[in-house]
Amino acid sequence: MALLDIRNVSRRFGDLKALDDVSLSIEAGEFFTLVGPSGCGKTTLLRIIAGFDDPDGGDLLLDGQSLAGMPPEKRPVHTVFQSYALFPHLTVAQNVAFPLQMAGKSESEIRSRVKETLELVHLTDKARQFPHELSGGQRQRVALARSLINNPRLLLLDEPLAALDARLRVQIQGELIALQREVGITFVFVTHSQEEALALSHRIAVMNEGRIVQIGAPEQIYSSPKNRFVADFIGTINLLSVDVREATSDHLRLHAAGLGEITSVPASGVAAGQRGAFALRPEQVNVVAPGDFQELDNHFHGTVRDHLYLGDVTLYKIALDNGVVLEALLTNSLPGCVRFLERGDPVGVGWRREAGVFLHD
Amino acid sequence: MTEKRRHQVSQRDAPTRWLVSLPPTLFLLVFFLAPALLMIGASFQQPGDFGGLAPAWQNGQLNLSLETYHFFFGDWIYAEIFFRSFLVAAATTLICLLLAYPLALAIAGSARRHRHLLVLLVILPFASNFLIRVYAWIILLGPADLLYTPFAVIAGMVYVHLPFMVLPLYTNLDRHDLALLEAAQDLGAGTWTRFRRITLPLSLPGIWAGSALVFIPVLGMFAIPELLGGTRDILVGNLIKEQFLDNRDWPLGSTLSIVLTAAVLLLAALSALVGRPRRSAP
Ligand SMILES: Nc1ncnc2c1ncn2[C@@H]1O[C@H](COP(=O)(O)OP(=O)(O)O)[C@@H](O)[C@H]1O
Ligand SMILES: [Mg+2]
Repeated sequence: MALLDIRNVSRRFGDLKALDDVSLSIEAGEFFTLVGPSGCGKTTLLRIIAGFDDPDGGDLLLDGQSLAGMPPEKRPVHTVFQSYALFPHLTVAQNVAFPLQMAGKSESEIRSRVKETLELVHLTDKARQFPHELSGGQRQRVALARSLINNPRLLLLDEPLAALDARLRVQIQGELIALQREVGITFVFVTHSQEEALALSHRIAVMNEGRIVQIGAPEQIYSSPKNRFVADFIGTINLLSVDVREATSDHLRLHAAGLGEITSVPASGVAAGQRGAFALRPEQVNVVAPGDFQELDNHFHGTVRDHLYLGDVTLYKIALDNGVVLEALLTNSLPGCVRFLERGDPVGVGWRREAGVFLHD
Repeated sequence: MTEKRRHQVSQRDAPTRWLVSLPPTLFLLVFFLAPALLMIGASFQQPGDFGGLAPAWQNGQLNLSLETYHFFFGDWIYAEIFFRSFLVAAATTLICLLLAYPLALAIAGSARRHRHLLVLLVILPFASNFLIRVYAWIILLGPADLLYTPFAVIAGMVYVHLPFMVLPLYTNLDRHDLALLEAAQDLGAGTWTRFRRITLPLSLPGIWAGSALVFIPVLGMFAIPELLGGTRDILVGNLIKEQFLDNRDWPLGSTLSIVLTAAVLLLAALSALVGRPRRSAP
């Protein structure tokens, strides 16, 4: 049985469908992430799980029990708010002790649990400080400690890293993963950042306009996006308009206008005559000397249009003969070699038949 | 970081700030500090034959004494009136607080477009003359047989001072971050606990400000006890007024004012000590 079952939940604000028939199951111990562009309904869903808002339709089951009519203070669900919402008149230790006091724990238990939890988030030396005396990252950890301390069945995190600078964000991502593994509490994490979603999660639900578009492990979402929206939202991707010429159990034969044939591995649900897009990640595109295609199943001629040097990698924009621009990502791993190619260089581009997926329109 | 930035700005703007704060500073010096000093001087002088003050230097000798202080501390009636005044002020403050807090909470929690109107309603009584409003209470209390009683005095005091409690409380409560209440609820706090643990402690500055704005003026108020109270209900304010206007004993009136001011300052210092946030972890 899933820990949390969200069944056909909908929520309207006037004419706007903030949530449209959302169903998901979250397993105990999971790091589950809701990702989607701003305004797609992530916070609305989180507030419904926490009990601050009620769905217009559908039901939520926690451990098989319906949450309908249960107020937030009774739900074994705690939230890390985007603003942290630390109590300004209480010290770090008093903030962290708050949920235990609410649960009516004994003084001695509270003292020892607060000590343990502050150690867990490396804030032991800040116990007597007030929130306004802490840095952003420290406040974030206090909020986390406060929400974790009473062992909720479910911890909800609404863009908890959005207010931090990029460097700190990466560091805290690492800490979050380790912390979740250590405490074993189920995390439901909300973010609009696809990188954060990929880095942190066991499973990801991609949302758009109040609906769940795809649910899966990060590598699944990244390598097999279900449609153009997911492909485009998660990572960067090349999309070539194609129609299916032949679909057999051995291969797919696609035709890209002005470019030619593309061979790909077979996929279920694809039939000759369908139209769609062929999606290919930049790191799957090989750039070679013109004509030197070796075992690349699909290959075309092109010209280097532009390049973006990023330090560890360089992103090349290569214009193909039919005018389509493909992005290719090459690592700068050869010592002493800063850049392989210059603007205007004629090159060959190619990829193996295993690379890329066909997406229906 | 914000702290530091604010500091830098204030340093650069220092000359401007001095210039802007000069007129009010001068005003306070001339019309507040100087009279206060004059009053301290007057408390040691003798009353003039026809009111006012006898000169401090008379017939080649200094004409100052501690007489009024001896007089004040030598008669229990003054201590009793002071004590009664503080009781009335405390009762008025407490009742104002109990009435104003729910009202301020309700205004702060109402729809944004209604708030200005509600605040306006709170201060609307100021638009009519103070004495007329007190006379209205005479008409109200007369038939109920409550006129010229301590009840009438406190009712009048509460009525007149309520807005001074509502406004600072509302200003404080209006600034509260609602996310804190959601966080408390999320972490298991019910309605009453949320009020007790979050709203109430965060509103303490508003409570102190409102209490000071009610407590201190009540101590000096003489019109309400005179109009609504009986002969036994006179307060320090009446006593002081009497010395200046009826008995023409300015030195005693000054002494009473000074003792009153000293007592209020002492009380303020005590409450500041008690009200200071405690810095200890559980
Ligand atoms: N209380 C509300 N009243 C009206 N519209 C709302 C309310 N809360 C959210 N919305 C709307 O619902 C949509 C989803 O909002 P939200 O869940 O906050 O998105 P996200 O967290 O994914 O950015 C948005 O278009 C937002 O404007
Ligand atoms: Mg949001």
